[in-house]
Amino acid sequence: MIASPRILVLAALFAALSTSLLAQSVSTGLRGPTPLDQEGPAAQMTPLKNTAEKEVRNYPEQPAVIPHSTEGYQIDMNGNKCLSCHARARIAESLAPMISITHFMDRDGQFLATVSPRRFYCTGCHVPQHTATPR
Amino acid sequence: MSVTGETKPTKIAQVRAFVVDLWYVLIRPSSVFGLGVLVLAGFVAGVIFWGGFNTALEITNTEKFCTGCHEMKDNVFAELKSTIHFSNRSGVRASCPDCHVPHNWTDKIARKMQASKEVWGHLFGTIDTRDKFRDHRKELALHEWARFKANDSLECRNCHSAQSMDITKQSPRASVAHQRFLFTGEKTCIDCHKGIAHQLPDMRGVPGC
Repeated sequence: MIASPRILVLAALFAALSTSLLAQSVSTGLRGPTPLDQEGPAAQMTPLKNTAEKEVRNYPEQPAVIPHSTEGYQIDMNGNKCLSCHARARIAESLAPMISITHFMDRDGQFLATVSPRRFYCTGCHVPQHTATPR
Repeated sequence: MSVTGETKPTKIAQVRAFVVDLWYVLIRPSSVFGLGVLVLAGFVAGVIFWGGFNTALEITNTEKFCTGCHEMKDNVFAELKSTIHFSNRSGVRASCPDCHVPHNWTDKIARKMQASKEVWGHLFGTIDTRDKFRDHRKELALHEWARFKANDSLECRNCHSAQSMDITKQSPRASVAHQRFLFTGEKTCIDCHKGIAHQLPDMRGVPGC
């Protein structure tokens, strides 16, 4: 039952590869070098980006990202803080971009006089950005 | 019959006699106390009364007093807690009277007299449930907005002065908006900053929102 040297070499190679793979999968990724059975320190929270600069979309259909902080903005059945600047009637004063005209359309493609209820909850698609650098 | 018939007028007559006596004592110059004693006693009594009045007034001007009623504690105060006027990076916070009671005396007394309606509302349970509060929220908010609009957002400006505002440290949006609307006097704080400390009511029909 003496293993052939070829099998031994293969086994050694396999062992080396798997350990290096294992080491890699444990020490990289979002969780960092913390072992799987432990909880690492929480990452520092980053502030929201708060500018007025438009950001280039990554693909044509991407909902435009919000370049400013929206902390404390109320969006519910009573009111919509976003619309106090981005509504059609408000942009002359606010100089903010108007919500897209597709947002006035109901699901049958009919244009309504005001923003369609299914488009009312802005942050369902449009999100503010944090100043974090991707890892 | 005769007993009750006699006692009733006597009681009234007693009170009447006491009031008349008191009146004569008050309108005649003192024959017992010296003028100095009277003046000094009056001065001391005045100090005690005025001090007591202002102390009582200050007690009604604390957050503890305001949130003593569950209407305030469970609705507006609970909503305040998540906003920047309660919790923020510097730990400086606004309490109820900072925004809702004018700081100079005459306006404060005027506001305190208006606030007697809130005591009435508490006693008669006008907003003693969350649903009732929601039903009245717009009316209450409109009152406060009108007050802020009328006094040029005085309570905001007690802390936030346009002179001390460094627009280079603001976000570009805020900087532009403050230069265009605040510094020119075209708008006052409350025109744009509604719903920053409490949730907004139904905003349909509210201009600019």
